[in-house]
Amino acid sequence: MKINPSEVEQAACDLYVRALKVLPDDIKQGFARLERDETDAMAKAVLGTMTRNIAVAELNDNMLCQDTGVPIYNLVVGRGVELDGAAVKDAIRRGCERATREHSLRSSVVHPLTRQNEQTSCGRLVPVINIDFDDREQCLSLEMIPKGSGSENNSWLKMALPAEGVGAIHEFVVDCVLRAGAKTCPPTVVGVGIGGTADLCMHLSKVAATRALGSSCADPEGAALERQLSEAVNTLGIGPQGLGGNATAFAVHVELAATHISMNPVAVNMQCHSARRARATFTPSGIEYGV
Amino acid sequence: MAHHDIITPIDDARARSWRVGDTVTLNGTLFGIRDATLIHMFDHGRRPRFDLAGHAVIHTAPNVVRVPPSAEHPAGYRPACIGTTTSARMERFTRPLLRDHGVRMIIGKGGLLEDSQAAFAEYGGVYLAIVGGAAALETTWIEAIEDVDMDDLHPESLWRFRVAGFGPLTVAMDCHGNSLYRDVRSAAEARRAQALSLLDQAVGG
Repeated sequence: MKINPSEVEQAACDLYVRALKVLPDDIKQGFARLERDETDAMAKAVLGTMTRNIAVAELNDNMLCQDTGVPIYNLVVGRGVELDGAAVKDAIRRGCERATREHSLRSSVVHPLTRQNEQTSCGRLVPVINIDFDDREQCLSLEMIPKGSGSENNSWLKMALPAEGVGAIHEFVVDCVLRAGAKTCPPTVVGVGIGGTADLCMHLSKVAATRALGSSCADPEGAALERQLSEAVNTLGIGPQGLGGNATAFAVHVELAATHISMNPVAVNMQCHSARRARATFTPSGIEYGV
Repeated sequence: MAHHDIITPIDDARARSWRVGDTVTLNGTLFGIRDATLIHMFDHGRRPRFDLAGHAVIHTAPNVVRVPPSAEHPAGYRPACIGTTTSARMERFTRPLLRDHGVRMIIGKGGLLEDSQAAFAEYGGVYLAIVGGAAALETTWIEAIEDVDMDDLHPESLWRFRVAGFGPLTVAMDCHGNSLYRDVRSAAEARRAQALSLLDQAVGG
């Protein structure tokens, strides 16, 4: 299968708008579960406003949240896919710029020192483009995540010590959820990266935060830990918008990598309740949109 | 817990009469303000064209569509998607907003901290909590963008919105020292040990 960069450009453009407007089904189901289990009156009202917003966004064909975020594109190249990598990267960037211009999206991206906004949602090394490979035949997947600042500002890394064990991971995650409190627009998906190097650990926490609800860590120890952490953070009572209640997190997700004998890194990155993402899958039979 | 349907601006006696847990719906003028707006106002000494006295400011930077100026869109912008950002980043600007500009209501999400709480008591002000991330709904409460100042900072300009039925918003911090956020935060911190012991037991088991 040969990839035409202009089709990637169009997909990159469409995916940004789609991600901003349509909440994935797994997150909607997550809301239904939280609403069913919530006992606090204020929290019920807040969750009700959030789900009403989802309906209004669909009805008015509007964006769910005003935060267009930092645009992130995750490209996964399967087997038997022929592409010009540099051209595809350029195409993603052009698609992101076009979405901003053609759909009057707020450009939320500035130079970090001058704070200059080019009004394109782009800048040096932004959109973030992650490229990976998998063994699916004749398949290319492009995922778009508009990562909002409320959740992204609540990101932390700790290079814990091996002697501190898994207890250091428990404490760090609970303390991050406490520190984030109301600021990260709960209910959240708490992404936890464990192991690897400092940068890989942080990256894994983002992968975890943006993984579909209902999925679990491929490593069985990681999967057990994410269930335990989910239960623990939801005893804190921070609740939707930090105004109290049971629904602090939809889930805690864990992703892990092997690490050094001298290291015990743990990172937290969160996704807010407007947990937006969209995906285009290219196969020989065409382009399919979903999550 | 009372509900207050108001037309802006208000005086400080009005703001002082509200208690945490009350709800407020705004009608009239609402100003949009953001990190860069506040940095330029208070760190770079830029004086806004608008009189903010007695008014509400909302922590926002909107999605807007540029259109020819008209009666419907006097500033040449149509509102597209307007929502609310995390307030805590802008904590240090609450006091000068109240003291120097007479702002009475700050609308945001996630709450403000101790100095804001003190400023609310001193000058007569409240923090009104909106549901963050509910921008599609919030946009339906905004009738028009009436004017815009400091638009070189776009989208972090100083926006003047006309709103109708903007709410209900929850009084989450009042000028009597009450804060819903502080109450929830201290209760959550008190549950930390219990959450950690759950995790210890899970590993032990």
